[in-house]
Amino acid sequence: MTTVLPGTPSDTPAGAGPGTGADAGPDAAPRAPMDAEAAARAYGPAFDAAVAADERIEPRDWMPDAYRATLVRQIAQHAHSEIIGMQPEANWITRAPSLRRKAILMAKVQDEAGHGLYLYSAAETLGASRDDLLDKLHSGRQRYSSIFNYPTLTWADVGAIGWLVDGAAITNQVPLCRCSYGPYARAMVRVCKEESFHQRQGYELLLELSRGTEAQHAMAQDAVDRWWWPSLMMFGPPDDESAHSAQSMEWKIKRHSNDELRQRFVDICVPQAEALGLTLPDPDLKWNEEQGRWDFGAIDWDEFKAVLKGDGPCNEQRLTQRRTAHEEGAWVREAAAAHAARKQARTATEREGAMAR
Amino acid sequence: MPEPEPGTLAAAELALADDALVLSQRLGQWAGHAPVLEEEVALANIALDLLGQARTLYSGLGDEDALAFLREERAFRNCQLVEQPNGDFAATIVRQLFFSTYQELLYGQLTTHPLATKAVREVAYHRDHAEHWTLRLGDGTTESHDRTQRAVDGLWRHTGELFQPLPELDVDWSALRADWDTRVADVLTRATLRVPEGAQGHGWKAGGGRQGLHTESFGRLLAEMQHLHRSHPGATW
Repeated sequence: MTTVLPGTPSDTPAGAGPGTGADAGPDAAPRAPMDAEAAARAYGPAFDAAVAADERIEPRDWMPDAYRATLVRQIAQHAHSEIIGMQPEANWITRAPSLRRKAILMAKVQDEAGHGLYLYSAAETLGASRDDLLDKLHSGRQRYSSIFNYPTLTWADVGAIGWLVDGAAITNQVPLCRCSYGPYARAMVRVCKEESFHQRQGYELLLELSRGTEAQHAMAQDAVDRWWWPSLMMFGPPDDESAHSAQSMEWKIKRHSNDELRQRFVDICVPQAEALGLTLPDPDLKWNEEQGRWDFGAIDWDEFKAVLKGDGPCNEQRLTQRRTAHEEGAWVREAAAAHAARKQARTATEREGAMAR
Repeated sequence: MPEPEPGTLAAAELALADDALVLSQRLGQWAGHAPVLEEEVALANIALDLLGQARTLYSGLGDEDALAFLREERAFRNCQLVEQPNGDFAATIVRQLFFSTYQELLYGQLTTHPLATKAVREVAYHRDHAEHWTLRLGDGTTESHDRTQRAVDGLWRHTGELFQPLPELDVDWSALRADWDTRVADVLTRATLRVPEGAQGHGWKAGGGRQGLHTESFGRLLAEMQHLHRSHPGATW
């Protein structure tokens, strides 16, 4: 339901005009027909009330500039993660050990490209442009999930990514299906359905390996050992160091804190690991009867920060591959644009000719 | 691995399955490297359709994984066109135009074959995708036009082989060839590209894939595809 629609006759989404949009912070230039302060006074209370009532904010509704900017950043980085996240898995497409697994993996990587497309579209409803967001990814001005800076060294990594990485993503994303911004929430519903499917496939892949030959079992254990801690880092810094959390929770972009979601994930994974016949690489992992949850060891936040800063094992490689694909594809995009323009011109000429007759 | 007797229907089906698997493998190499996001989706989609076709055919002949992972280069019966390296986007698109036009016409004639009804719709989509890109690239910029013409000229020599009859398939091969020539020439012309002369073109006339004689890059394609499966004999995945 939309309750915050400003009574402007314009068809343009608020904030989609020049000089606003993607990075418009609280200091963005005032926009016609009302300056930002007046608009905030006029529509701010309705916005707050809509958020408080769990109603969805839609693209043409008024929203605070900082809300818009936070969403653009978060959705774009989510989209970037899907795109960069294709690389570690695509690394195994040509080597998948059975045709069934190859088909599953190809379909998964295709889904990820599709998720990237939905998410860029969701970001575009906020006045950002895909080209601009890609440019920010390529120039390192926007981030993607730190997890994709780890290498896929064996086939079992494909399973560990499905089980742990997609599992962590789902834990993070299911609450986003109730996010206050409508287009993002709806994108998440579609994304989460497919991600759950991927996660089950990853789990099943690991189960097959774990119950397979000794070498396969060892391969599965090694992958889980390498992916466990980076997966826990996917929930972001601890609550007391998370810069955007409080505001995002107030706006109902986020519904739970990083640490809450991380705990939920650990509680889900421990029994699953047991069912898989694999161990988790944490000597401090133990059941806390009083709290009804699993206590776990300390995360290496120095490693997390290093990876975020660009010093993880694959940061350079991932970004270089993405940039190279984009640069090497430039002539293709130029050709498509030139062809479209020529076709349009031809259609226009034909239409004029028809009218002249 | 027992081989189907040459000249049987099984041998023909194996050749079609190998075509689909090998092209799927080539397209799989594009994942994460495509020029636009939409093409990541499209190329993976085509690769997946082809892999599905290969699996359907292999399963009718024996164990799909044994057929894909345990045969060596000389036992593969795919045409040489599908094993050609991806090259640039133009080369991939032209290879796709040549092959999907062939597949659409071939499957169109195999109306009673169990694979054909489902696959013919898939390959029509592949052909449509390749045709649209050929038009965009041929009739795009000077650079895209030149790259596409080079791809057409380079791959043309591998097209004659497509029309070597596969015995026991209910196909009118000369009609297939005539239709293919007409359709491909039509697309190339509309794309402002020059049609190379003759169905097999100038220079060395390629062919031999159907007899297990392949080009040099094919061995590496198989080495990559098969290494993990072969490293764990008897394992299931």
